[in-house]
Formats: sequence, C-alpha cells, structure tokens
Amino acid sequence: MTAASEVSREGEQALLAAFDRTIARNDRIEPRDWMPEKYRSTLVRQIAQHAHSEIIGMQPEGNWLTRVPSLRRKAILLAKVQDEAGHGLYLYSACETLGVSRRELTEKLIDGKQKYSSIFNYPTLSYADVGTIGWLVDGAAICNQVPLCRTSYGPYGRAMIRICKEESFHQRQGFELLSTMMRGTDEQRASVQESVDRFWWPALMMFGPPDAASPNTEQSMRWGIKRDTNDELRQKFVDMSVPQAAALGVTLPDPDLAWNEERGHHDFGQPDWDEFYAVVKGGGPCNAQRLAHRRRAYDEGRWVREAAAAFAAKGA
Amino acid sequence: MSHVHDHDADHESVYAGLTGGDDSRWAFGTDFEDPLAGIDTTLPDGVDAAALSQYCLMLGDDALIYSHRLSQWASNAPDLEEDIALANVALDLLGQARLLLVRAAAADGDLVPALPEGSPVPDEDALAFFRDEAAFRNVRFVEPENGDFAVTMARLLVFSTFRLAVMQRLVGSHDTVLSAIAAKAVKELTYHRDYAGRWFLTLAQGTGESRRRLLAALTLVWPLYDELFRTHPVEALLAEQGVGVDPAAVADDVAVLLEQVFSVSGTDRPDVPAAGPVGTGMGRDGMHSEAMGPLLAEMQVVARAHPSGRW
Ligand SMILES: [Fe+2]
Ligand SMILES: [Fe+2]
Repeated sequence: MTAASEVSREGEQALLAAFDRTIARNDRIEPRDWMPEKYRSTLVRQIAQHAHSEIIGMQPEGNWLTRVPSLRRKAILLAKVQDEAGHGLYLYSACETLGVSRRELTEKLIDGKQKYSSIFNYPTLSYADVGTIGWLVDGAAICNQVPLCRTSYGPYGRAMIRICKEESFHQRQGFELLSTMMRGTDEQRASVQESVDRFWWPALMMFGPPDAASPNTEQSMRWGIKRDTNDELRQKFVDMSVPQAAALGVTLPDPDLAWNEERGHHDFGQPDWDEFYAVVKGGGPCNAQRLAHRRRAYDEGRWVREAAAAFAAKGA
Repeated sequence: MSHVHDHDADHESVYAGLTGGDDSRWAFGTDFEDPLAGIDTTLPDGVDAAALSQYCLMLGDDALIYSHRLSQWASNAPDLEEDIALANVALDLLGQARLLLVRAAAADGDLVPALPEGSPVPDEDALAFFRDEAAFRNVRFVEPENGDFAVTMARLLVFSTFRLAVMQRLVGSHDTVLSAIAAKAVKELTYHRDYAGRWFLTLAQGTGESRRRLLAALTLVWPLYDELFRTHPVEALLAEQGVGVDPAAVADDVAVLLEQVFSVSGTDRPDVPAAGPVGTGMGRDGMHSEAMGPLLAEMQVVARAHPSGRW
C-alpha cells in the first residue's frame, strides 16, 4: 500500500464522517457535497423510478383525454397530464445533478432496465377511472411522497415540495369529479363504484411489499432517503381514505376493513401480493403496452431532437 | 450543505391540505380567470343575434376542434418540453372555445341542442358534445390528423398566424364580449405563433431529414389554406356591422407574415391546388372532411351516453 492511498483513505473517512453528521442533523446533502457511492446510486435508482412513473403515468389518463364529456373537465385533465410531464422534468433534472442524463435514464426505461410504479400497468376502462386515479392513485402517491420533501438529498427534496403541492390538486380534482358523478345518474354512481372496486387493491400495493419483505427499506431509512416504512404509509393511506369514501358514498371492497379502537387505526386486509409480484415482473395487463408507447414516442421523436441539436450547433 | 432547514413545515402543510374540511380552499388550478368579469354581456344594438351566435360558433369551433387534435400529442411528443408546450397551446385554445361557445349560446339559445328535461349539462357542453357534424362551423384546416411533428408545426404556424390576425382586428369589435375574448386570445396566439415559427426555422435548417419532412408537411397542409380566407355570408354581415372580422381582409397580412418565416427558413410557399368545396359548401357551411366524423364520434361518445349526466 502506497503512502498516497493511505492519505486518500484517511481523507475518505473524514468525508464519510462529515456526511454522517449531516444526515444525523437532518440536514440536506447538496450536489457538490461528497457522498458515498452507494448513497448516490440508491438515489439515482429511486429518483429515476419516480421520474419514469410520472411519464408513464401520463398514459392511462391520456387514454381518456379525447373522450372527456365536459369541456371544463377536459381542461382539468389536460392540465393534469401536463403537470405529470412537468414532474418528470423536475425529477430528471434532480437526477442530472447526480451525473446521469435524462437520455440515459429514458433509454434504461425503454430497455426495461429501470422500473416505474406498477399502478400504471392497470388499464383505465371507464371515464370514472380518471376520478379514481386522482383520488386514490394521486392520494397514495402523496402519502408516499410527502415524507420525501424532507429527504436528505436537497434537489430531490425541493422537487418533491413542488410536486406534492400539485399532486394534492390532482387528488382534490379526482375526488371532486367522483363526488359530482355520485350526484348524477344511477349509471354514473355504479360506474364510480366499479372503478373504485378495481383500483382499491392496486392503490394499496403502491406502498410496496410488507416491511418484512422489503429489502431496501432499512438502509434507505438510515440515509434519510426514505422516511417511513411501507406498512406505516399504507396504514396512513387507509386511515385517510376511509372517511373520504364515506363522504363520497362508495364502499371500499375490503370485508376486513374496520376501525380498531385499541390501535387507533383501521384494520384492513392484505392485497394479493402474488399479483403484485407478477405485475412488477412484467405480467400486468398493460406492462408491454405502456413501454411500447414510450418507446414509440421516443423513437418517433428522435429526428426532431436531432434537428434541434443540429440547429443549436449551427448557432453556436 | 449545512444550513438548517425547516422541512417539516413544508411537508406538514401539504398533509393539512388533504384532510381539511374547508371546501372553499379547494381551488382548481385550471379554471381560467373569468375574462368577462365586469363586462357588459348584453347584445349590442342593431346586431343580428342569430348571426352573432353563428359567428361565435365559427371561431369557437375552430379552437375546439384544433385543441382536440393538439391534445392528442399528450405523452407522444418528441421531448417533455414539447409535450408541455403543446398541451399549453391546446389548453389556451380550449379556453377560447369555451368562452365563444358560451357567448354563442347566450346570443341565440335556439342553437343549443335539446336535452332531456332537467338535464344538468351546461350550454357549452351541449354545443360541443350534442351537435351533429353538419352543425359544426369550423374550417376544414383544423380537422386532419396531426401527422408527424413537422406537419403539426407547419399547421400550427399557419393557423396561429391566421387566427392572431383575426383576433387582433376583433379587439375592436362593437360587441364588448367578443372584444374581451379577442384581447385574451391575442396574447395566447402570439406565443403559439412564435413557438411554431421557432420550430419551423429549426426544422428547416436542422438536418436533411427534418428539412425534407418540413417541406413535405407544407405541401400536405397547404391545400386547405385558401379556405381560411373565404368569407361566409355571416362573417360578411357581422364585419359590416363592426362586430366581426371578414377573413378575406387578413389574407394579405397573413401571407406577408408567413413569407417572412419562409424566407428566413429558406423555404417556399408551396405551389399546390387548393382543396375545393363539397358542392358549394366548406367547413363554415357544415361541409367537413372525412376526418371530422371519427373525431366527433370519439369526442362525443361519453357525453352522448349520459345526456343527463353530471360531470
Ligand atoms: Fe405527478
Ligand atoms: Fe399527479
């Protein structure tokens, strides 16, 4: 071992100690700060997966853009899908501060090397799904994401503050659409209930597998990348959703759902975790379709991106 | 690193917003500010209400149908920035369409399709979703499928240049409502035209492929160009009354503006024959292209299945 590498190892230990103190103080790590390689790669994986979810998430609701039955709702939906593109943009930018380009990440997504939230592998089969996705899916996303506003990596945390505010608009808009439809005709009410029946369990799956089966949670919690466990967040979501379902007048499709006075929380049943793992592995109803759509849009846009780059180069 | 943050305050406020019971705080980000607030909405003296209503449908349907087409770019654009920009243009046009349809219904309620007794469907939606194809008054220019990004930019450049020229004159309308709508539209369309113009230049001078595609796009878009400037009797009547704009009157200005873009880009105005009428009718007369039927079938399907639906 040479003298130089002795020094650099000592230096690295000092850096690691400073990093640990920052985390312990609940302070932010910024792009120029030293960070352990594993911390960086874990963040890239998590932020990229989140960014991809925003972008793939444009598809299920985009499916109804051309059929929205009211012009006011059409404007709301178009603005929502646009917001999701904006969220993807902020998150890819946060990843760029860790040295990974949007293009690299997009290519990993369309090559199936990075994942996105499995909820978007379920189809939107009725217009009511637009409301249900806002209420339950954006609602679950908020439960997952609000704690990330305090995440240890500065650019990610700041992006999340902005994103969470917009997601909470989406949740309210979804809830408001469903509550309006519930005041409509019998067919509309039935359609809302049918949609909630289909999305309730997949929404619970959005918090990930039970803590006992979640390998990444512990290290991520220690680094302040994650702040609550999957099961804690799932409980929070259920407790939040029950009174909202009652206000809407819909039934949540879980026979085990009941208030537990002792715990001060609702008891509830477990989603079908076999289905969860099957969808994660690519076997959901829409996995192939969602990726093929993204790949097509990316491929069809290549000549435009090349033209923009060539034109910019001429001007320089 | 190392300044102390109050992260908790930021994030707790978001949770609070979710569970609070105060409905009045539930703002909807997309409800446009009412540009008609404080404006006299009574009809100006001496204006033919039925003609005014038809005229509002013409301008409103152009925006409605084109907005619908542009919204089909969502999740399909070449990059996220373009996805966002095209959605912006579609949202602006949808906003214009809604104001114009509301004005059309207010000027002449007979125009609004009848719905079942007690239906809560508002007039703007009755007009958008329950009119048959022949009652739509938009030009055929806005109907075709989007095509590739070059076709979309070529069409957007022409459409926004044309509509901006019309709206700039319409600001002077004796109808204070049309004047207010036009004032709002001018700001939006200026942005749309500049956006499309920048891309037109970029594609013309970017790569061999982008230039080839842009030239093909111009040829594809151009046959429906002349129809934009064809005067319908309703437009002639309202122009005479100082309420509307005769599109023929903006033809030269539009040609000059487009010529500037062509010359900077090193392209030529295409030399292709104009698409003729069907019999004697074009879009403003309710004679549309083959693309219109499928577009309306899709746009109207949910609304028509629920004529008493509440959305
Ligand atoms: Fe989002
Ligand atoms: Fe959202």
